[in-house]
Amino acid sequence: MARKVLTLAEVRDGSLRNVSFEAIAAAKTIAEGGEVVSVLVGDQVQAHANELIYRGADRVVVIEHPNLKFYTSDGYSQALKAVIDKEQPEGIVFGHTALGKDLSPKLAIKLDAGLISDVIAVEEAGGNIVFTRPIYSGKAFEKKIVTDGIIFATVRPNNIAPLERDESRSGSVEALAVEIKDLRAIVKEVVRKTAEGVDLTEAKVIVAGGRGVKSAEGFKPLKELAEVLGGAVGASRGACDAGYCDYSLQIGQTGKVVTPDLYIACGISGAIQHLAGMSNSKVIVAINKDPEANIFKVADYGIVGDLFEVVPLLTEEFKKLKVHS
Amino acid sequence: MMFECWQLKQLFEEGNDVNIFVLMKRTFDTEEKISIVNGKINEEGAEFIINPYDEYAIEEAIQVRDKHGGEVTVVTVGSEEAEKELRTALAMGCDKAVLINIDDDVEEQDQYTTAKVLAEYLKDKNPDLILAGNVAIDGGSGQVGPRVAELLGIPYVTTITKLDIADGGKVTVVRDVEGDEEIIETSLPLLVTAQQGLNEPRYPSLPGIMKAKKKPLDELELDDLDLDEEDVEAKTKTIEVFLPPKREAGKILQGEIADQVKELVQLLRSEAKVV
Repeated sequence: MARKVLTLAEVRDGSLRNVSFEAIAAAKTIAEGGEVVSVLVGDQVQAHANELIYRGADRVVVIEHPNLKFYTSDGYSQALKAVIDKEQPEGIVFGHTALGKDLSPKLAIKLDAGLISDVIAVEEAGGNIVFTRPIYSGKAFEKKIVTDGIIFATVRPNNIAPLERDESRSGSVEALAVEIKDLRAIVKEVVRKTAEGVDLTEAKVIVAGGRGVKSAEGFKPLKELAEVLGGAVGASRGACDAGYCDYSLQIGQTGKVVTPDLYIACGISGAIQHLAGMSNSKVIVAINKDPEANIFKVADYGIVGDLFEVVPLLTEEFKKLKVHS
Repeated sequence: MMFECWQLKQLFEEGNDVNIFVLMKRTFDTEEKISIVNGKINEEGAEFIINPYDEYAIEEAIQVRDKHGGEVTVVTVGSEEAEKELRTALAMGCDKAVLINIDDDVEEQDQYTTAKVLAEYLKDKNPDLILAGNVAIDGGSGQVGPRVAELLGIPYVTTITKLDIADGGKVTVVRDVEGDEEIIETSLPLLVTAQQGLNEPRYPSLPGIMKAKKKPLDELELDDLDLDEEDVEAKTKTIEVFLPPKREAGKILQGEIADQVKELVQLLRSEAKVV
């Protein structure tokens, strides 16, 4: 059954987030041969429209308005509702990002619809579109289907492979004028706390520190390693509670759930709280002084040793690799 | 004419009473071992807790009440067993508790169901402030808070780490956005969902636990809310629950640290192919 499916593209720091392309890939599966329409919302975002076509969208609808410069649920829901009313899609896919998490339930109510959040896989099976999502902090999974109304889902970044970029693809880009008004919550200021760009939930490589890092200063070698690998720095609850780093870096049952290609745990004991947030990473490396540390039970590769000795050596070794390749 | 200071204070405080509701969920403690029996998560003998994010919501509600005056009602949609977690919330300092038990009436439930039930309960209670956790650690959908706000027609802000309510109902909120912070201005009535870092939830004190036994805990069913089963029927359905493949313990490298590091880089490159 061919369906028309809408996706929401997200722009951050002037570029499209990868999850925008992953949403298009998920939408293709849901569409079963139908049309995929990507929606670009913001203030001066039209320039990104073609990239969405290259990544698999059949059409792009652009809604620009000064009141959409910052995300607000009121502003964005007015924009999205206008496109939905016009396009009458049978499916919608957002990223399961701060924005997608905040916006999707509100729209689901407006559409009197269900919503399957935080999806890591989507497939057609037995006449249904079946969504797989983690439950119980990633310690189990469930498969869900929509039984009534529009098929609405949010996809977790870094899990659904985007389609191959194809510059020969073409498709129409349309602007839709929507009056955005009566915002009941206003963003006064955005305070950047995350360093240099790479978002934890989207990072391909994460270097995480635990209590073994011993101080805020102790994160420095981890940052250097992450930088060489183009990755992000994360932390265990222990390191956050001890005040070595900001809670925004916390990975675990409380904190962020991440699934990078490579997770390097440094001085992390591997409490269940932490494992819940990272154990679905593709490859896990553990560096810990204690050979009995729990983290070694989930690690693919382990080095028993002092992280302050191992991590700088590792950074050097990767630097060499970069020079050679 | 002069007001006595205490009179002025009382006038001010009465005018500012905040009618506060907390949406709470009883959850499986996911730090426990998880197994599946008959296609469902085995709850036999498992430990249940207040959803950790809801604890932040409860703590914040109590702090707002203590500062501005008012009343905190903690509400849950769940089974009879949730009475235990509601009593804990009362022991922390909430004033009243409400258990909405729809298990006998509604077979298939999802976030659509829960939100409809909560909104129906709240719609004639004139809430000034509703707090909830930003996500429950069991189901992990994070939908119910925003859904309830939308059903009630009030604004919401999710994943907050700071809440300031000024006289006259103006509210300043700090919102965590994937590690960055947004400073948001809004107003009451409002729904917010709590992120870690909002506060440090208190433990119930012994006198608190004693007092909690005497605090009102009402139990409602679907009929009491003027809702039929069809009004709240789930829009989604779980067709399978499964455990992830067990992760085998991997390779602990041996030898001199410098050699281990070289070997690791090689393995990541040629065996794991991630760098």
